[in-house]
Amino acid sequence: MAHSNLQAVPSDVPREEVPSSVDLRREFETVDIASILAQLDRELIGLVPVKTRIREIASLLLVERIRRKMSLASTYPTLHMSFTGNPGTGKTTVALRMAGILHRLGFVRRGHVINVTRDDLVGQYIGHTAPKTKEILKKAMGGVLFIDEAYYLYRPENERDYGQEAIEILLQVMESQREDLVVILAGYTDRMERFFRSNPGFRSRIAHHVDFPDYTDAELLAIAELMLAEQNYRLSPDAREAFIRYIALRKAQPLFSNARSIRNALDRIRLRQANRLVSNLDRILTSDELTSIEAGDVLASRVFSGGSDNPARQS
Amino acid sequence: MRITQGCFSFLPDLTDDQIKSQVQYCLDKGWAVNIEFTDDPHPRNTYWEMWGLPMFDLRDAAGIMKELADCRRVYGDRYIRLSGFDSSHGWESVRISFIVNRPKEEPGFRLERQEAAGRNIRYSTRAYATEHPEGERYQS
Repeated sequence: MAHSNLQAVPSDVPREEVPSSVDLRREFETVDIASILAQLDRELIGLVPVKTRIREIASLLLVERIRRKMSLASTYPTLHMSFTGNPGTGKTTVALRMAGILHRLGFVRRGHVINVTRDDLVGQYIGHTAPKTKEILKKAMGGVLFIDEAYYLYRPENERDYGQEAIEILLQVMESQREDLVVILAGYTDRMERFFRSNPGFRSRIAHHVDFPDYTDAELLAIAELMLAEQNYRLSPDAREAFIRYIALRKAQPLFSNARSIRNALDRIRLRQANRLVSNLDRILTSDELTSIEAGDVLASRVFSGGSDNPARQS
Repeated sequence: MRITQGCFSFLPDLTDDQIKSQVQYCLDKGWAVNIEFTDDPHPRNTYWEMWGLPMFDLRDAAGIMKELADCRRVYGDRYIRLSGFDSSHGWESVRISFIVNRPKEEPGFRLERQEAAGRNIRYSTRAYATEHPEGERYQS
């Protein structure tokens, strides 16, 4: 179909002058990743190794960007990543920020995030998987494809599982269309490790493995206070003491999922606070009372009586 | 004879970069871009076959360019066009359509005259390509 005589615009547009030196500070300020990194520092508590790693990746990309301007870089960097860590350690949140960073630096064109799990990629009958996976990949083009709990794609116990087909398509696109999309795999550390062992193709195509550590008690408290502040609540000094004890107790219980458990606990605490306020109708409420969470609201939790505070088991 | 229809029909064939910018324009407008192909060039043939499903909810032209490359690999010897469908209320129709691929040789049309009653003449056009059965019309 090549109509060389009919091609519209000749492609030999005068090339831009290749600069031989670049003002690093100005470059840094034009792409404005400093603000996004500062926001990361401000809104994400703890996660020091993750932040360091993201800073490193951002620096690498900034340098890569300058190298491309000076036509020193010939290949496109591999940007696929894997985020491993326990539940509730902020993998999805960081993935969203990562998309922002990549977009600012011009390594993804649109900067949107498509969040998928196995269900969105793997079909239910023969011939269903490939179109389904390709559909998702097309939607993710120009942005970031975030695959949560990626290890479910591979089910070794069932040799006819369609997950393998999705994996093959993914691998192919991750290699051939590196400049069109960035894939971020996420999941729990041990299972991701097993997944990479049985799919060596993935490991070699992923440039950055980032491990998310669990939060310490102090960090969990800071997260709780940040979440409350965002919703215009605050812990009274007694409630704060109680919540510190709550964190210690809840951490020892099964199914503890870091910041997510804290968020759930806060939701229930707000419920109890509201209940306490409504139980006495004959008074005038002040805004102080509305924003303040008292020790009683925290201490009513089952965790203190040795019970579980897991919502699934709560009536 | 070079067949033209739809948008940009007075321009030379678009390059891939130009197609990509047009596709991105459609996506930025929120239209779903479809790929269609045919080997019957008659201007009144409105029923082209679809390559895959309409592509809703895409953000970037790269996905469509990939599909177009796939379609060209299979039906590179036929006409391929892209259309942008606007699903918003009140429009619900195709807003743009343009040819992105054509056969190497386009033999053109024969004008047929039929003598009717009272020295009337009825004209019709018939594509030389359609003298062959479907699928064998443009051998490259």
